[in-house]
Amino acid sequence: MNFGIPIAAALAVVAAVSVVGSTIERPPVVTVQRGFRGTGSVVIYNPRTLAQQYAANQVPESLPSTGPVGPPAGTVYQNVQVLKDLDVGDFTRLMVSMTTWVAPEQGCAYCHNTDDMASDTKYTKVVARRMLQMVKHINADWKDHVAATGVTCYTCHRGQPVPANIWFHNPGPPHPGGVIPTGKNIASASVGLTSLPYDPFTPFLEHDANIRVESTTALPAADHQSIKQTDWTYALMMHMSTALGVNCNYCHMTRQFADWSQSSPQRVTAWYGIRLARDLNNNYLNPLQATFPPNRLGPLGDGPKVNCATCHNGVFKPLFGVSMLKDFPELAK
Amino acid sequence: MAEYQNIFTRIQIRGPVHDGIQLPRGSWQRLGKPGFSDLLGRFGDAQIGPVYLGFLGIASLICGFIAIEIIGLNMWASVNWDPVQFVRMLPWLALEPPPPSYGLRIPPLAQGGWWLMAGFFLTASILLWWARTYRRAIALGLGTHTAWAFASAIWLYLVLGFFRPLLMGSWAEAVPFGIFPHLDWTSAFSIRYGNLFYNPFHMLSIAFLYGSAVIFAMHGATILAVSRFGGERELEQITDRGTAAERAGLFWRWTMGFNATFESWHRWGWWFAVLVTLTGGIGILLTGTVVDNWYLWGVKHGLAPTYPAVFPHVVDPATLQGGVR
Repeated sequence: MNFGIPIAAALAVVAAVSVVGSTIERPPVVTVQRGFRGTGSVVIYNPRTLAQQYAANQVPESLPSTGPVGPPAGTVYQNVQVLKDLDVGDFTRLMVSMTTWVAPEQGCAYCHNTDDMASDTKYTKVVARRMLQMVKHINADWKDHVAATGVTCYTCHRGQPVPANIWFHNPGPPHPGGVIPTGKNIASASVGLTSLPYDPFTPFLEHDANIRVESTTALPAADHQSIKQTDWTYALMMHMSTALGVNCNYCHMTRQFADWSQSSPQRVTAWYGIRLARDLNNNYLNPLQATFPPNRLGPLGDGPKVNCATCHNGVFKPLFGVSMLKDFPELAK
Repeated sequence: MAEYQNIFTRIQIRGPVHDGIQLPRGSWQRLGKPGFSDLLGRFGDAQIGPVYLGFLGIASLICGFIAIEIIGLNMWASVNWDPVQFVRMLPWLALEPPPPSYGLRIPPLAQGGWWLMAGFFLTASILLWWARTYRRAIALGLGTHTAWAFASAIWLYLVLGFFRPLLMGSWAEAVPFGIFPHLDWTSAFSIRYGNLFYNPFHMLSIAFLYGSAVIFAMHGATILAVSRFGGERELEQITDRGTAAERAGLFWRWTMGFNATFESWHRWGWWFAVLVTLTGGIGILLTGTVVDNWYLWGVKHGLAPTYPAVFPHVVDPATLQGGVR
C-alpha cells in the first residue's frame, strides 16, 4: 500500500478547508427582498455579523436636560464663539457630553487649558470648535442626507479623540524609482480587499471627478469613459458598500447600475452623501490642516478627512438610525 | 470495490518504453530518456517522455518565458522587490496596460511599455505553440482539430488584448496581466458597457460553455460506464462496434429515444467547445465599437423586460434645478 497519495490528499483537504474557512463567510445568510420579485433586488445580511454590529453601535445615554437654565453662555464665559446664545445649563451639559463622546479618558483637559478654559492654546479646542460648526452645518443644511436623525460628535467619534475611520491622501506602498504607481493592484482594506484603486476618496470625496462612467446610449455616442476610469468608480462603490455593510442592490438595480428610475430611494440619499463628504472635506477638514500637529497628519502632510465609513461604521444608518440629535437640539441649527 | 469504479486509473500496463513512430528525415530529435511514473500513471499514461520540442516549441517556450518574466518582475517591482509581499500579494498584483492618454502610441516602459512588450512576447509564444500543435498533428498523420480548437481560444485572447483595443484606438481598453485585476477588469468592462448579460453573443458563449460541460459529463459518464466492456478503447469501437459501443448507444436511445454515435458525439463536443470562444470573441469585439450599452440595446430591441415599480419614483438629483451639484 502506498501511503503517499492518501497523505497528499489529506494535506490538500486541510489546505482547501483552511482557505475556504478563512475567506468565505460562515452561514447563515439572510436575504431580504426589496425590489420586484425575481430581479435579485435583495439586501444580504448575516445575522451573526448584524448582532455584533448592533451591540457595537448602541448610543450612549444622554444626560438629562434641565431645560433653559441661566443666562446665555456667551455672556458668562469668555471666548464662546459657536453656542453663545445657548443657556449655561445646556451649554455645560453639552460640554460634558462632548467629553464623554470624544475624550472620555482625557477629560476636559484634552481640549481646554484647565487654568484658563477660554484659552485657544490647545489645537484640539480650535478643531473642536470647527467640528461643532460642522455638526450644525450638517444638521441644518444636509437634511437631504441626514434627514431629521442628524448627527452629533458621537456619530463619528464613538468615545475616541480620533474617529476610527478617517482617510489621508494615500501614496501607496513603497516602490522603486523606475515604477510609476497605478494606484491599484494591491490588497486594500479601503476598497474591501479588492485590487481596485486604493484611494477613490481623493478624486471623488475631495475633488469632484466624474463618477458616471456607464454609457447612457445604446450605441456609441458621447461617452468616452475608459474601463480604467470605471475601476475608480467601482472602487468608490466598494468603499460605500463596505462602509454601509450593504450590497449593491441596496441602492442599485444591478441590471443597469446607472438607471435612476430603477434605483431605490437610498441611492438619492447616497448621492447627497457623496456631496456632503466633499463639502466637509473641502470646507471644514482641509482648512484645519495647519491647525493639526504633524502627528495628526497623513503620510503626505494632509489633514484627516471623512468618507462614508467615518459616520456609518459599517452600518446602513449610523447607530442603526437612532437619533441622538433630538436630545441636543442646539446642534440642529 | 471494482477496479474500474475508482476515481484513479488503478491498472497500469508496463511494457517496454515506447519512443513513438519514426520522425521524417531532417526532423529535430525527441528529447529525454523515457521512464515511468506510478503517480502520473494514476491520472494518465505512466510513460513520461520523450518530448518533441523542435524549433517552434523552443521558440514558444523562450517567448513565453520572456513574457512571464516581464510580468513577474513588474509585479515584484510594484511591491518594492519585497519577496514576502510578492508572495502574499501575488493574486492582487498586475501589469497594467498604458493609461488612455497614450491611445495606440508606444508608451514609456513604466507607463505600459512593459505591458505592450509582455503582450507581444506572450502572443508570439501562443502563436508559435499553435503552429506547433498544427505541425505535430500533421507529423503524426492526424487531423488538425486540436489546432483549430486552440485557434478559437486564441481568437478570444486576441480580441480582448489586440483587435478590440485597435478598434477602440486605445491600448488602455485591454486587459491587465494579473489574477484579481483581470477579474476586476471583467466586471468594470460589463459595468461600463451596460451589462454584458444583454449581449446576445455573450449569451451564446455561456450556452456553449455550459453545454460543453454537460456534453463532457455525459461523455465521461457513458465511457466509464461501458469501460467494463472495453468501452474506453473508443477509437477501435468507432470503426468496429463492440458490445460496449452498442450498450452505450442503447442506453441513450432507451433514455431519450435518440443517441449519438461514438464518432458524432466528439463532433458535438468539439463544436460546443470551439463556439464558446468564437461567439464570446464576437461579443467582446462588438462592445464599445458597435454597441455602447448592451442593456439599452436590449431595451431597444425588446430583449430586456420592464418590471413594475416597487420603490417610490426616484429622480436623478443631479437634474434638479437649484439643487446640490
